[in-house]
Amino acid sequence: MALKDKIEEIKKDLVESQVWKAIFRHGYEDTPRNRVLMVTANVWMHLHPAKVRRHGVRMRFTWCMGGLTFLMFLMTVITGIYLMFYYRPVAEYAYADMKYLEFDMPFGMLMRNMHRWAAHAMVVFVWLHMFRVFLTGSYKPPREFNWIVGVLLLVLTLLLSFTGYLLPWDQLSIWAVTVGSNMARASPLLGHEGPFHEFVGANPIYDARAFLFGGGEIGPHTLLRFYILHCIFIPLVASLLMAVHFWRIRRDGFSGPSL
Amino acid sequence: MAEVAQERKRPIDDKVHTWPHLVRAEFLVTIFVVVVLTLWALLLDAPLEEPANPTRTPNPSKAPWYFLGLQEMLVYFDPWHAGVVLPTFIIIGLMVIPFIDINPAGNGYYTFKDRKYEILTFFFGFHILWVSMIIIGTFFRGPGWNLFWPWEHWDPHKVVALTNVDLPYLVGIRNQTLSILFGIFCVVVYFIVGVGLFYKWVVRVKGQEFMERWGPVRFGITAFLIVTMLALPVKMFLRLALNVKYILATKYINI
Repeated sequence: MALKDKIEEIKKDLVESQVWKAIFRHGYEDTPRNRVLMVTANVWMHLHPAKVRRHGVRMRFTWCMGGLTFLMFLMTVITGIYLMFYYRPVAEYAYADMKYLEFDMPFGMLMRNMHRWAAHAMVVFVWLHMFRVFLTGSYKPPREFNWIVGVLLLVLTLLLSFTGYLLPWDQLSIWAVTVGSNMARASPLLGHEGPFHEFVGANPIYDARAFLFGGGEIGPHTLLRFYILHCIFIPLVASLLMAVHFWRIRRDGFSGPSL
Repeated sequence: MAEVAQERKRPIDDKVHTWPHLVRAEFLVTIFVVVVLTLWALLLDAPLEEPANPTRTPNPSKAPWYFLGLQEMLVYFDPWHAGVVLPTFIIIGLMVIPFIDINPAGNGYYTFKDRKYEILTFFFGFHILWVSMIIIGTFFRGPGWNLFWPWEHWDPHKVVALTNVDLPYLVGIRNQTLSILFGIFCVVVYFIVGVGLFYKWVVRVKGQEFMERWGPVRFGITAFLIVTMLALPVKMFLRLALNVKYILATKYINI
């Protein structure tokens, strides 16, 4: 009994100390007020509204696909940062670094596998998320703009995956990216094999694809370009759009049947 | 369940606290998915082939799987069309959905009855065209981008007769200028007839009153996108059944 009292006393001293109160603003008792504060007083949790409509919580309504797409993004960020410590986006080193990562780095292979499979899962989840949002008509007013942001995020997801595809610098990467980038070469006006390119003067080393590649063919410049797009530029733009996307869901509320 | 039904009658009680109701579900699903992903990553290694070699082109060279629908479209359309114009229309088409769909029903719940045509159109575009093209491109295309059944050996020397001809040639036109005029005629007629049929169909199914509410801009955009989308199966049919290569073949563009 005495010990229990002692523990209670220490606990009380702790949670009433200035340091504790500076960090945690409210208790953990299960009161309606605390339930709201858990969300509104926490920067991460406040992505959510404090209260949601009952049906919006159900998994058979949301399929969890939007949240899981975001989770897959976070998984690729975490594993991607680990991979970045050991990978150099230089043609001479990139492939050797991949081998080094796979065979010598602790958890290197696991991190690479998780990064790749999470990226693929992100593509599948974002498609399913779009399909679900279509089926529930959740793009209808007032959520039209958020659907547009979602389409942009879908495109960015594909571009993230595509730019990452080149980085292992193996046969699979460069040829998949070659085939995937041929469309830039065929752009009307701007690609050197596209219609009407002769009126613009596009040629193999001065056209849309060369701008993407940093040269007429895939080479060291392309690797660096794709690395920067993959690790900095697209994640940054995607994060900004995600902030807008989530904010809009909060502002407009979860979609649901009218009451 | 009875409790839920009872509470539904009172709109004021429709909301629940995010903490714990939503956060709990998110937490559990997150744990589950992370565990599955970790196990998957432990069991299945990401591929790593031999070092990049720009002088050795593999046959077939395939884009990443999520772009194989576009690569598969290259069989039926030229790169500028399959790789640039159609993807642009796909993206724009997705973006305009909220503005061309003026049906107020089905906002926030599952229904097929109230939005049959919307859902069927999406299903056709996404599942039938996009996903099935990816499946064909991934599993049924071998060396030379020739069709192979899964049980067939990928023979890089498979002989495929190139018997494709342009549509004007097929109907017997040998003069180049006439061929181009005929090609333009076919493309223009396809769009006029397509949009016209779509107009008649909408008026018949939805009524004149709906058409007036819908307005010419919404109708025009929707009709153009749908007719363009249907151009893919039409061109697939022409190619597979009649060996038609191009409908309109000019020095600059081929359709």
